[in-house]
Amino acid sequence: MVSLEELQSRFGEEIREKTFRDNRFIDVSSGVLLDVLSGLKADFGFSMLIDITAIDWLDYEGATDRFSVVYLLLNVETGERLTIRTAVNLPDPQLPSVCALWMSADWLEREVYDMFGISFSDHPDLRRILMPEEFAAFPLRKDYPLKGRGERHNFPVITRSEG
Amino acid sequence: MPLTPVATHGSESKEREYVWTLNFGPQHPATHTTLRLVLTLDGEKVLQAVPYIGYLHSGFEKLGEHLDFNQYVTIADRMNYLSPLANEIAWHHSVEKLLGIELTPRCKYLRTILAELMRLHDHLLNLGTTALDLGGFTAFLYFFQQREHIYDIVELASGQRFHTSYTRVGGVLFDVNTDWVNRVRKFIQNFPPVYEEVNRLLTKNRIFVDRTQGIGYLSREDAINLSATGPVARASGVERDLRRDDPYLAYNELDFDVICSTGGDCYARYLVRMQEMLESLRILEQAIENIPSGPVNIDVDSDMVLPPKPSVYRSIEGLIQHFEMIMPNRSHDVPREEVYAATESPNGELGFYIVGNNESRAWRARTRPPSFIHFAMFPHMIRDHQLSDVVAVLGSLNIIAAELDR
Amino acid sequence: MAVGLPENIFITRLDAAANWARSNSLWPMPFATACCGIELMATAASRHDLARFGAEVMRFSPRQCDLLIVAGRVVMKMLPVLQRIWLQMPEPKWCISMGACACSGGVFDTYAVVQGVDRFIPVDMYVPGCPPRPEQLLAAVIDMQEKVRRTGTVMGREFAARDTSSGPTPFDLQEEHRIEDASLIQLGGFSAAATTMKRDA
Repeated sequence: MVSLEELQSRFGEEIREKTFRDNRFIDVSSGVLLDVLSGLKADFGFSMLIDITAIDWLDYEGATDRFSVVYLLLNVETGERLTIRTAVNLPDPQLPSVCALWMSADWLEREVYDMFGISFSDHPDLRRILMPEEFAAFPLRKDYPLKGRGERHNFPVITRSEG
Repeated sequence: MPLTPVATHGSESKEREYVWTLNFGPQHPATHTTLRLVLTLDGEKVLQAVPYIGYLHSGFEKLGEHLDFNQYVTIADRMNYLSPLANEIAWHHSVEKLLGIELTPRCKYLRTILAELMRLHDHLLNLGTTALDLGGFTAFLYFFQQREHIYDIVELASGQRFHTSYTRVGGVLFDVNTDWVNRVRKFIQNFPPVYEEVNRLLTKNRIFVDRTQGIGYLSREDAINLSATGPVARASGVERDLRRDDPYLAYNELDFDVICSTGGDCYARYLVRMQEMLESLRILEQAIENIPSGPVNIDVDSDMVLPPKPSVYRSIEGLIQHFEMIMPNRSHDVPREEVYAATESPNGELGFYIVGNNESRAWRARTRPPSFIHFAMFPHMIRDHQLSDVVAVLGSLNIIAAELDR
Repeated sequence: MAVGLPENIFITRLDAAANWARSNSLWPMPFATACCGIELMATAASRHDLARFGAEVMRFSPRQCDLLIVAGRVVMKMLPVLQRIWLQMPEPKWCISMGACACSGGVFDTYAVVQGVDRFIPVDMYVPGCPPRPEQLLAAVIDMQEKVRRTGTVMGREFAARDTSSGPTPFDLQEEHRIEDASLIQLGGFSAAATTMKRDA
């Protein structure tokens, strides 16, 4: 088990911890994020990145930041899991990329960029991954409607005589 | 040889004139689904493969924010359509962790049996189509016949043969009867001879072995660094299986082995899947004989499950309770917390990251899709192989487009 | 026999002979994107055996096919591919839209999913279900054969007549507004202002 004191002494006092069910959440600021993640990988054995995702808190009661980005880590040897959360805000949501630490972060960060518009600095190839290149919006943001803005109807129609 | 990160964009190899580019997909029979690869070839050698995905992106996660916990099961179903029930079980596993529900013993066993049937379901199609792509049609037909028996079993339990939508928060839709149990028993008896037949057809088949051995090698370090889980990781020597390491449902009461290999190539992944089917059969044998009696859903007084139909039709209390469960703003008591829970799906770790918001819909329903993460490894694994190895590696990774793109 | 034809000769219309041949040798092009594709496989596999109805020659090259089976949801990124495949198929050709998603979008009423392929390509037969059982697909293939026999002509005159789209147009008022808004955003700047002026006038 990684103790909170150990993390706080290494990466600063503002790191917070929370536990819900058997999930442990560590809240860090975006400034020390890369240090914390690389430290956890190198010295605490969190060798596997399970997932990267983001949450849009727009209109969520009591939320102070617009987005959270969540990193789920796993220690393959002991099976210990840790969830690292950090907050980013508009107008320029940006975080450092962790591609250099885990190769699997490549696509996961591209997906977060595609769906939420959060960009990752130093990412080798930050393009849209799921939506078409020319798509203008970020669909998983809360201000984007479920049924879209009519993009799905925007195609030429082929009739029988042309076919 | 450790893998090095490959640039998946603008390549310097274009300067070499004899290099040519081949577009593979998005509508190609060997991809089975809607993958697209742009391959840079030197003769038949693959210098670089750039995957393009999103050809089946349908907004699953956005729908998860608009449908309630029981409704979303119909969407979760359609994620990995080789093993629909495994997705349902994973989804409700996470929801029940968020709500703090402890299932009844009968439900745990029932879900375990269904999860293992789904593992068979998935591996049968995956191995069958891998053989099909490599030139063997028979294994596909033999295995598909067994899949039809599993379809019959889940149809008897749920009423739908494909997308069952069978699980509910705190239980399942209907309980099963002895007829169903006998069906499963019969399946367990009839399966091994077919398995043996296909085993004889493929495992030592010279052509099949030559086309898979040493192809698509993935070392243990790379498997960890690339976040591989499930059979792909176990074939590379990562000894992890959530059924053993993080027991859920009834797995801690059942005896089974975690199948691993150190081969790391397509053949090792084939062998791991074949052996896992036998282990699933072992689990099924134990579980089907030990299903506990008792209720399958949790207590109605917990206000988490729908009351039984007779009490809805015949008593005012039942009717009120049913109404309250159905009304969007009156049902489950959901904590405003975040939770991640994962199950060992046939393809790897299938987890859901759910954010609760005081209503019976998730604020955010993120899927951790194994196919997405496994497909990201593909460019690393296929480099310097032949063009014909592309289908072998794709088959061994078992990429499901709906789970890949969601 | 009243006409006194020699043995082994019978008289028929050219159309009927061509239709008879076409209907009993449909070559499907499986455009399988999602779950329905697995049921399409099941239809072709051992238990249901599509070969009994002369339609088992699945060809994955559109140039060799005359029956497009759209199995599964089609999303924004995939629709241009589908249209291109349809245009590549030689005449005469038909299209079966298999499953709720291909017919109407199904449960996926979201930003990315095309709400029915019939809005953008011609469809001859709809198979409901999510996914349809193999028996339903078999029934659709049999109905398709019946349709070919009934309506087909040698030169494909029945196709030339249908020069307007038979699919639905967006009917939801809200949806139409959204489309208008989206096109305004795309036009941007001067042309957007011009459109607004025209609307006001």
